[in-house]
Parts: sequence; structure tokens; C-alpha cells
Amino acid sequence: MEKQDLLADYRTMVLIRSFEEHCQQQYTRARIGGFLHLYVGQEAVAVGAIGALKAQDHLVTHYRDHGHALARGLEPKPLMAELFGRSTGTGKGKGGSMHFADKNKNFWGGYAIVGAHLLLAMGIAYSIKYKREVLGEADQDGVVMCFFGDGATNGGEFYEAVSMAALYKLPIVFLCENNEFAMGTPLSVHTSVTEIHKKASPFMPGERVNGNDVEEMRARALHAVNHARTEGPYFLEAMTYRLRGHSAADPQMYRTRDDINARRSGDPIALLKQKLIDQNLLTEKQAKQIDKEVEKEMDAVVQFAEESPAPDLSEAWTEIYSKPL
Amino acid sequence: MAELNLLEAINQALDQAMANDERVYIIGEDVGQRGGVFRVTDGLHAKYGEKRVIDAPLAESIIIGSSIGAAMYGMRPIAEIQFADFIFPAFNQIISEAARMRYRSNNTWEVPLVIRAPYGGGIHGALYHSQSIEAFFTHIPGLKVVAPSTPYDAKAMLLAAIDDPDPVLFLEHKKCYRLIKGYVPDEHYTVPIGKADIAREGSDVSVITYGMMRHYAVEAAEMLAGEDINVEVVDLRSLVPLDRETIINSVKKTSKVLVLYEDNLFGGYGAEVAAIIAQDGFEYLDAPVQRLAGLDIPAMPYSTPLENEFLPTPSKIADTLRDLVNY
Ligand SMILES: Cc1ncc(C[n+]2csc(CCOP(=O)(O)OP(=O)(O)O)c2C)c(N)n1
Ligand SMILES: [Mg+2]
Repeated sequence: MEKQDLLADYRTMVLIRSFEEHCQQQYTRARIGGFLHLYVGQEAVAVGAIGALKAQDHLVTHYRDHGHALARGLEPKPLMAELFGRSTGTGKGKGGSMHFADKNKNFWGGYAIVGAHLLLAMGIAYSIKYKREVLGEADQDGVVMCFFGDGATNGGEFYEAVSMAALYKLPIVFLCENNEFAMGTPLSVHTSVTEIHKKASPFMPGERVNGNDVEEMRARALHAVNHARTEGPYFLEAMTYRLRGHSAADPQMYRTRDDINARRSGDPIALLKQKLIDQNLLTEKQAKQIDKEVEKEMDAVVQFAEESPAPDLSEAWTEIYSKPL
Repeated sequence: MAELNLLEAINQALDQAMANDERVYIIGEDVGQRGGVFRVTDGLHAKYGEKRVIDAPLAESIIIGSSIGAAMYGMRPIAEIQFADFIFPAFNQIISEAARMRYRSNNTWEVPLVIRAPYGGGIHGALYHSQSIEAFFTHIPGLKVVAPSTPYDAKAMLLAAIDDPDPVLFLEHKKCYRLIKGYVPDEHYTVPIGKADIAREGSDVSVITYGMMRHYAVEAAEMLAGEDINVEVVDLRSLVPLDRETIINSVKKTSKVLVLYEDNLFGGYGAEVAAIIAQDGFEYLDAPVQRLAGLDIPAMPYSTPLENEFLPTPSKIADTLRDLVNY
């Protein structure tokens, strides 16, 4: 297994953060509309966990999907264009923020109906096994990694998915990003089992990991992915904290400024930066340089989105059936 | 009497119902401290406490299933589905249990449950935050379905729904929430469920509609007034039960009718209205019944021009009405 390139991870995390900051700005300017869920504060989970996947592995996620898409290597330009509702977007502007996807990257997309995608992910894992064992496709050795939030573990679909995944020993990693809130509802209000991985413990091995530490995240994700590839499902509960509102328009009545500030010490980017500096892998000056480069890249990303044309009105009628009726 | 927007009128109705009857409680996602995503339940958690304004686990089947049981055992739950698009995990409970309970239990049990659900588009909500869901539920006898679109009606019909011994799906068009304002009496009052409202009197052509489309129809009517076209707008308000009499009276008066709704055209609620007019209003008609509705595509797209393409707008409505009066 390749050694983790912490500097590259740092850069990706900075890119995700900057992408999200630009989204917020463009939302304020009404160039982005609707519902926008930012990933600020959770970057190490995506970068650490998705970094443990190989090209043939699969990624399925929920609506807070910008960080996952970027960590999987999707180009930021079509993502921003999608947020602007432009024809050059990943979904030609039809989908918006919550439905990024890219088949070439085995990124099956973000899903906005909480909980529903766990079953889809499980079905993909089932078909990997089927293709290998029934159709004899020896190269089908991929693993599915399915992201979801703590809130999503309250619905029946969650239990249905972990139950069947265990029954058929499917190659799937369930990755719960426990950011302590389901929208405005704190963990202890929405569930009695606040150690989320324990909800799956009758079905599969699992553990709680520090999702703000990209190194630990990567290491435990590698373990989980290997287990899924060789034995069966594995459950990861990544502890993290969302530093922004649930969505860009969230007044955050459920927590105070002080609550948020108290958690800034856990900011995964600041933590990694300090670690890299301590290990002499990065200087303040180089960090500034990275910020500058990312900023420049993001300017081009926003410009691309701005200059892209709106979809043609006829696009409303495309991609409904295999052949138009 | 105060000028309120639709959202404030609903909040006031909830507050009054909770003050009047301790059996009334609210359950939904983020309805407590956060006051709901749209802030409809703002202040109620502080006033009535967490036992009466419940931040439910994120599972619509819990919200609805538990409310049905509670309603059967004498409570008066008001369940909020955060966006109507998320009601489907609870579809089973609503259709299979709530709607049928009285029928299957020889009238032993009833389900005095109100389900509030913000629906509708035009807010860039895209595929999963814009849907109209009424056609799925109006199809099922045993449920009542209402869709008031003015602050006056919203307060009155919510209070009527809470008093109603049968399950009521209470649809709130989310674009109306802050946009539509009007005078609302301070006291407790109701409008009977099952009565339409004439939003605008006219003599040349009738628009039968509900929800945000009521306001667009009135706008279109005002555009046409300058062209000497006199449009009557009927706001159904209550979809089940349906006020057939008001519809047919309007058809008698104008002889031309447009059925307008935001949901997909095919198999939409307006198809039923059109069928009723064709059957009971045939001899009064001077033109075929027209329908204008959302596009028959899987969901409302995100991009602004595509979203506008999906939705009936005042100018599309006016164009359709011009063609209709010239038939
Ligand atoms: C079935 C369904 N119900 C409700 C919602 C509205 N909703 C969107 S995100 C969310 C909270 C999700 O919390 P969590 O799973 O912890 O994910 P997080 O937002 O914290 O990443 C809610 C209630 C939805 N999208 N789908
Ligand atoms: Mg969460």
C-alpha cells in the first residue's frame, strides 16, 4: 500500500474548504440558489477515507457531497457549474448541489433523500459479489464505501442495509460521519445510542475513529476496506464537527457562537497543518503558497461556472426514458 | 386582526390549538429549538416544552406511524413532514393505516391526525425539495387533503383540521410562506373543510386552481382585465372533500374553464376536476375544458430557466386564457 502523502491530503483539504467558502459567497450573491450543505470542518473524513479506496472501488454518498466528490478526484469546474445551474455542470444544471456524480470515477453520487441510498449502496455491493461468483468476472474485487450522517441511522433503511450486508457478507464499508447533529437536532435528542457504530455491532465489526485526524482516518479506512474486500461489511463511525450551518441559510438557533468557537481547535485543516509543520514537512510560507494556489484555481473555477451557458430549455425533456415516448 | 404572512398565520393557529387543548402536540424533524426549517413552529418549543414540541428522530415512518397510534388513543398530534418530498417513507402508514382505520374497525377507532407538509416549487429546491404530492393522497378515500393559500384560510383550515376527527393532510405551499400576506383575525375561527373560495369574480372564463397557482391566476386575471377579459378564479382550498357545487356554478356563469395546477399534468389532481366538469358541466360549456400544469418530467429541475419552464407562470396562464376565450 502506498504511503499516505500528507502534503497532498493537506492540499485537497484546503481545496475542499476553499470550494465551500466560494459556494457560500456565490450563494450570498444569489448565483447559487436552493439548498446548499457545506462540508466545512469535516474535510479529513472524506480525504482520509476516500483516499483508502482504489480506482475499482465505489463511492455512494448523501447530499452533503461536495467534499466527497472533490476527494474522489472530480474536477471542481463542472461541480461549480452545476451549482450555478449551467449546462456544463455534472448534471447539466438539472440537479444542483445534492446530486453530484461521475460514473468514470465510480462515484455514484449524492442522494438527497436521507437513508434511501444505503440500500442502493448495498445493492451495488451485492452485484459486485454476484458478478464475481455467478458471472465469473474475476476482476470484480471492488468495495463500496457508503457515506451517511448520524441522523440517517434512525430510519429503517439503515437497519435493513446493515442486516442484509451482513447476511450476504457484502463488500461494503458503512461510513457514518457523526457530526453530532442531524440538521438542528443534537445527537442525544435524536438517538438513544449515541455511539453510532454500536447500532451496527450485532451485524458487523466496526469502530469509532477520529474523523478530524486525516492520518487516523486513512489508517482505519484502509483496515475497513481490506476487511470488506476479503471478509464482509465493516462499520466506521468518524467523529467530526460541522463548523457551518446545516445549510447555507441556517440561522443555527440550536447552538451558540461560543459552542462553535470551542470546537475550532478540532478543525482538521489546522490540526494537519500543525502536524506537518512539527514534522518539518511544511512551513508557514509554503502553507500560504498553497492557499494562494488554491485561491487562484478557485477563481478560475468560479469564472468557468459564470461564463458557462444556461441549459437549453429543451433539456427539461431529455433523459427521462431510454427512448422518448 | 393583524397582517401576517402565511407562515405566521400557521404558527398562530398552532399556538392557539396548543393553548386550547393539552392533547395537541407537534412532532417533526427540527421543529423544536430550531423552530422548523421554515420557522413555522418558531417559539412553540420554548412556550410548550419538549414533550409537546418533539424533535423526532430522522425517520418519517416514526413521525407518522407513532402519530397514528397516538391519535387512535385520544391524542391530537400534528405531525410535520419537513418537505413534502420526504413523505414517502411514511406513505405506507398514511395509506394503509390512517386512511383505512375507521373503515376496517367498524368505526371503533378514528385517526384525528393532522399532517403538515410544505410542498411546491419555484424556490430552486430542485429534484427533492419541490414536489407536489397531492395526487398520491387525494386518490385515497379516508384521507382529507387541503391546500390553503392565504393567511386567513391557512389559520382557519388548520384549526378546522385539528378539530376534525379524520386524518387531514395539510399542504402548505412553501413559496407562499413569506410572500403571501393578509389580515388574520386574532381569535380562534375556522373555515369548513370542503368549501372553495371565489378568489376573484369574473364572467368570461373560469380558472379552477389551488395553492400558489391561485395567486398566479389572479395575477394573470389582472393582466387580462386590461384586455377586457373578465376572469373568475376559484381557489379550491380543500381538495378532498371537493366543493363540486362552486365549480359547476362558476362553469355555468362563464362557460369556459381552465383547470390549473402545479403538479405534473398527467394523472394530476386537476384531471379529476376536469372529469367532473366534463360530466356535470357539459351542457354549460362553450369550449373544451383546458388544463395547464407542470411538465410531465420526473422532477423539477434546479437551473432557473428550466424551473421556470416547468412551472405555470402568470404569463403562461394569461396566454392559455386568451386562447380559451377566443375559442
Ligand atoms: C427522508 C428525508 N427526511 C428528511 C430530510 C431533510 N434532511 C436533510 S438532511 C437532514 C439531517 C441529516 O442529518 P445527518 O444524517 O446527521 O447528516 P448531516 O447533515 O449531519 O451531514 C434532514 C432532516 C431528507 N433529506 N430526507
Ligand atoms: Mg449529522
